[in-house]
Amino acid sequence: MITLTGKSVFGGVEIGKIAFYKRNSQQIKRWHVDDTEAEVNRFELAKATAVGQLQGLHEKALKDVGEENAMIFEIHQMMLEDLDYLESILHIITNQEVNAEYAVATTADNFAAMFSAMDDAYMQGRAADVKDVSERILNILTGAGNAGFSTDEPAIIAADDLVPSETVQLDKEKVLGFATMYGSSNSHTAILARTMNIPAIIGLGEALKEEYDGAFAIIDGFDGKVYIDPDEETLEAMKKKQADDRAKKALLQELKGKENVTKSGQKINIYANIGNTSDVGSVLQNDAGGIGLFRSEFLYLENDTFPTEEQQFQVYKTVAENMAGKKVIIRTLDIGADKQADYFNLPHEENPALGYRAIRICLTQTDIFKTQLRALLRASAYGQIAIMFPMIISVGEVKRIKEIMEEVKAELRADGISYNENIETGIMIETPAAVMVSHELAKEVDFFSVGTNDLTQYTLAIDRQNPKLDDFYDPHHPAVLAMIKMAADNAHAEGKWIGICGELGADLELTETFLKMGIDELSVSPSMILPVRKKVREAE
Amino acid sequence: MKEFSYVITDELGIHARPAGLLVKEAAKFQADIKIKKGEKAADAKRIFGIMGLAAKKGDEIIMTADGADEAEAIAAIEEFLKANL
Repeated sequence: MITLTGKSVFGGVEIGKIAFYKRNSQQIKRWHVDDTEAEVNRFELAKATAVGQLQGLHEKALKDVGEENAMIFEIHQMMLEDLDYLESILHIITNQEVNAEYAVATTADNFAAMFSAMDDAYMQGRAADVKDVSERILNILTGAGNAGFSTDEPAIIAADDLVPSETVQLDKEKVLGFATMYGSSNSHTAILARTMNIPAIIGLGEALKEEYDGAFAIIDGFDGKVYIDPDEETLEAMKKKQADDRAKKALLQELKGKENVTKSGQKINIYANIGNTSDVGSVLQNDAGGIGLFRSEFLYLENDTFPTEEQQFQVYKTVAENMAGKKVIIRTLDIGADKQADYFNLPHEENPALGYRAIRICLTQTDIFKTQLRALLRASAYGQIAIMFPMIISVGEVKRIKEIMEEVKAELRADGISYNENIETGIMIETPAAVMVSHELAKEVDFFSVGTNDLTQYTLAIDRQNPKLDDFYDPHHPAVLAMIKMAADNAHAEGKWIGICGELGADLELTETFLKMGIDELSVSPSMILPVRKKVREAE
Repeated sequence: MKEFSYVITDELGIHARPAGLLVKEAAKFQADIKIKKGEKAADAKRIFGIMGLAAKKGDEIIMTADGADEAEAIAAIEEFLKANL
């Protein structure tokens, strides 16, 4: 048995033969041509054929991998029709009086070198695109056949690296997984593997040899390993791993589209927590009913200065639009304590968890707060946005927030900018104080969302970053559960709804407890949505 | 000639996809449209040139349009940049 190790770009286990992808490596020769005009025509014809092929590939890719991933073939067409690229080729043919193949190959090398020299991994990867489009013209000019792999049964496709036009032409039914010597997690092989849900490992290096073509192998996308001629023990272990993974995926697949309802008919909403726009894909994939907590901090933490209204607006709008009418609850700035951004210039504090953070910053530096509210309200015209405020301890704070909201709304109206006048607003219940006055708070807002991490820390007076306190820490402490129940009862007494967006929301041991309390919504990380749904459907 | 400057907010900067979309947008107009980053300039109708600028998040680019439909062109490009980059 030979074990190869690379970098996993998608999980899963598959067992089968290796099929090594063979391509025509061409030796391009340079020769003199007398009739450069005819040679230019020969090139133009080949280019037109190549553009036609790319249009075909684009249509195929649209069906197979969707618009976003198919765009690469449109980009390839633009590259082929790029004036710099064409001028370079025509210039070489005409001035050096040489053949089109040589002109194309030389130009391709030059442009690929330009990308390779850039100090950005993504752009360096684009050298492969230049070579891919140029190779296409060369194949047409020289009449070389198409590259490919030959296998009758599904196989693990091995290659040095695969370019987009190669991956899209693969017969998907015959691909168990991808193993490549080079490539990056931005490469098209990686993207395709994720779309197809099949294991893929890149960066296996020279250890992946062409002589393994036809060998029996296992690809383990979880650990980034390829086993060539596996021994019995490994084979058994991998078969088990594969079965477990498939059972899990099948179960979850079965739960997709199902209601979150208990056996006795009690319903609960299961939403997702996200921290960036890029998480929206997994929210939809896992069939969340909405977004229960969109942490807006990344906008601040990833910036070197305060994010502009426009920048924030675009982010909120994108998420709202992608969720297509499903609820998106966005929490306003929750900076401070363990989340710091230099440009806020927050002074050092002895006790940051009890310090100048979250809503306390917003109600002090109202210009920061207003910019965010303006962006949120503008975005509310594009979807079902709700706003949630963190670290509340008093009714007075909520009243002050509402005044500021009204000021921002008035400004928007004066500017003739549309927003959702009935936008839902809620607060985080994450301090014991908020729980104790929740009967008053419930009159002021549309909903509560319990932030169990902070609520637990403040209720138990335990710093969760301190490992010495682990023995004292009980995540299911009755005091915390009593706090949640009290907030729930007070919300319901005013006809308001209550959700849980902290870690406890995804704690399957508590799902039934929360159902009994009448919690209306659980917001969990995208990967926990279906397991929680399963638990709810099993509950009485 | 019309011009305006824009600071890129997209995480990946002008990568292949937006570069392609920008070419498509620019190609709709007669005007000569240029994109500048620092000392470097490129024709907004040429994808390799645009990608060669390697414009990243936080970089300032200056767009210029020169020609009969320059006003419409610059407005459309500005809209495009705000929506995509």
